[in-house]
Amino acid sequence: LCSPEAQQARADAVFKVTMVPGDGVGPELMTAVKEVFKAGDVPVEFEEFHLSEVQNMASEERLEHLLTSMKNNKVAIIGKIHTPMEYKGELASYDMKLRRKLDLFANVVHVNSLPGYSTRHNNLDLVIIREQTEGEYSSLEHESVAGVIESLKIITREKSRRIAKFAFDYATKKGRSKVTAVHKANIMKLGDGLFLQSCAEVAQLYPKIKYENIIIDNCCMQLVQNPYQFDVLVMPNLYGNIIDNLAAGLVGGAGVVPGESYSAEYAVFETGARHPFAHAVGRNIANPTAMLLSAANMLRHLNLEYHSQMVSDAVKKVIKQGKVRTGDLGGYATSDEFTRAVIANLVV
Amino acid sequence: MASTMWRSMVSQVVLRRPVLSSASFSRGIQTVTVIPGDGIGPEISTAVVKIFEAAKAPIRWEERNVTAIKGPGGRWMVPPDAKESMDRNKIGLKGPLKTPIAAGHPSMNLLLRKTFDLYANVRPCLSIEGYKTPYTDVDLVTIRENTEGEYSGIEHVIVDGVVQSIKLITENASRRIAEYAFEYARNNQRNSVTAVHKANIMRMSDGLFLRKCREVAENYKDIKFKEMYLDTVCLNMVQDPTQFDVLVMPNLYGDILSDLCAGLIGGLGVTPSGNIGANGVAIFESVHGTAPDIAGLDLANPTALLLSAVMMLHHMGLHGHANKIQTACFDTIRDKKVLTKDLGGNSKCSEFTAEICRRIQDLD
Repeated sequence: LCSPEAQQARADAVFKVTMVPGDGVGPELMTAVKEVFKAGDVPVEFEEFHLSEVQNMASEERLEHLLTSMKNNKVAIIGKIHTPMEYKGELASYDMKLRRKLDLFANVVHVNSLPGYSTRHNNLDLVIIREQTEGEYSSLEHESVAGVIESLKIITREKSRRIAKFAFDYATKKGRSKVTAVHKANIMKLGDGLFLQSCAEVAQLYPKIKYENIIIDNCCMQLVQNPYQFDVLVMPNLYGNIIDNLAAGLVGGAGVVPGESYSAEYAVFETGARHPFAHAVGRNIANPTAMLLSAANMLRHLNLEYHSQMVSDAVKKVIKQGKVRTGDLGGYATSDEFTRAVIANLVV
Repeated sequence: MASTMWRSMVSQVVLRRPVLSSASFSRGIQTVTVIPGDGIGPEISTAVVKIFEAAKAPIRWEERNVTAIKGPGGRWMVPPDAKESMDRNKIGLKGPLKTPIAAGHPSMNLLLRKTFDLYANVRPCLSIEGYKTPYTDVDLVTIRENTEGEYSGIEHVIVDGVVQSIKLITENASRRIAEYAFEYARNNQRNSVTAVHKANIMRMSDGLFLRKCREVAENYKDIKFKEMYLDTVCLNMVQDPTQFDVLVMPNLYGDILSDLCAGLIGGLGVTPSGNIGANGVAIFESVHGTAPDIAGLDLANPTALLLSAVMMLHHMGLHGHANKIQTACFDTIRDKKVLTKDLGGNSKCSEFTAEICRRIQDLD
């Protein structure tokens, strides 16, 4: 995890953070974040950038501006940049380009049940660590002959070891006891085999942390039957996409689980399950919980521990009280009402 | 395309809440190849045979063992007597087979899949009343393309430390699985088919799969067609599985989702499975392991193989027998009096089997 030690010195100053609202309900969620930050007097200033493929607001130039801002700020909060499904000759989406340019190799989703909101599986506490720069998301595809398409999945030792090390470091830092590698090495013997081997090698350097591995299909089955057996999970790209969403579903859905992505240099805060939730746009029904919790995590990353606690406490308190809840949690409140409730519960 | 030919073969592979009717108690006796398998395989196969006898199902069993043998030219193959039996009978029932680790030959499941071109894996997931899981009222079917995709087996090391695995998506295989899914939905009174894909990321390959699904959907206006990202399906599946009906998808996604859905209803011990091949071949199987630790101890749970055999009966048009057996099986589980250990009881496999037989006789 990149530590913000350099910024500690200027704790009294205002922190600049890059903001990309993204598509769908992203802008609404960002409004919630801005309102809560304002009400809580959080010393953060946002530099906002709009990058959207579906609204024709994406260009290499815009991406460059965004990257320049990131180079200065190191920290960003972003909404989902939606990828139009129609293939127009460009294999990589801007969402993926951004991740690659910043080398955001590690995606971390901490799936935690929210006290007061009961689901089929309560008291969950597991962390999903996903490699997100290679694997199935390599954007290498071609049509060998008409009607036959090859899509390449790339697994490298370097990146496998890097994500494995990240997972074990994370487990060490957060006092967790077990790391489980998720794979399909029984079928993809070379590709996933290399990933698994890399994880096993790195595991040897961390004798205090238990290391296990599990096949992806079994992992999904176990997650719905007995998710408590897992602690930290580490996996290649596509499996991470699957498990992030599955696990988010276990505790209440895409609206409640925060996420973050790291490179050696940058930290990006976002929702755990990345969906634009496009059909909710403008309807004031999106749940700001995930983005607010992610924003709180961002404040902790900036060493604004006090403010971080303040925001996450207020969000959790509103959920626990159960009076103001958005539709996805079975309530009737609008996004704005929820945000106002959070603000009312801020203990400044 | 040979689509019309196989379409006539694709008949009822149903596993829904049964409506007991006297429909189609069939004419003659049909022969089915049974492969008991390893570990607990023989016990649970015996259980199925007994239950079929009690139900007077017009099935004659032809038992075959499958151990991979080396054919001319050093190619591993299914033993000729088993292949010949399957070619003749078209329908098979298979227990679990142990996957040899480092035995030098590919897994038998893979050999069977290749030999008979088993292109579709069908798994109905139905909540079993009385066997409690966090989910109720699950009633969906996953249909998985089983010949290509991520499991094409084409991989190589480009340079040390860099591996390239090829996911292969073809127009023909995509169309074939889509057609099967819609045909299945129509034959089994299902309302919708959802194509599961990741075409936002794998734009060409999953894009092709999706396009074929859309094209095929045009010919099935009576069935509702939906498309959904794999991650969205996973997210929604664990929150509310009742919104899904028939799901069709490429190989890897199917592998993952079919096991996830099995988890919703209680695991592989209660999930049936069928493999549909070209030329009318179909092999029904339990997909759990061989459980060597309890093999021969009369402790195994035959439910998965039994429900697979029920799928088989539907496939053969023997709906009356199928419904009778399924009702007896579900009633036994609901009553909770005679259950195997994994289902939360203390009974032996033979006792569980006898209870189902007794109920079948009571139904007559």
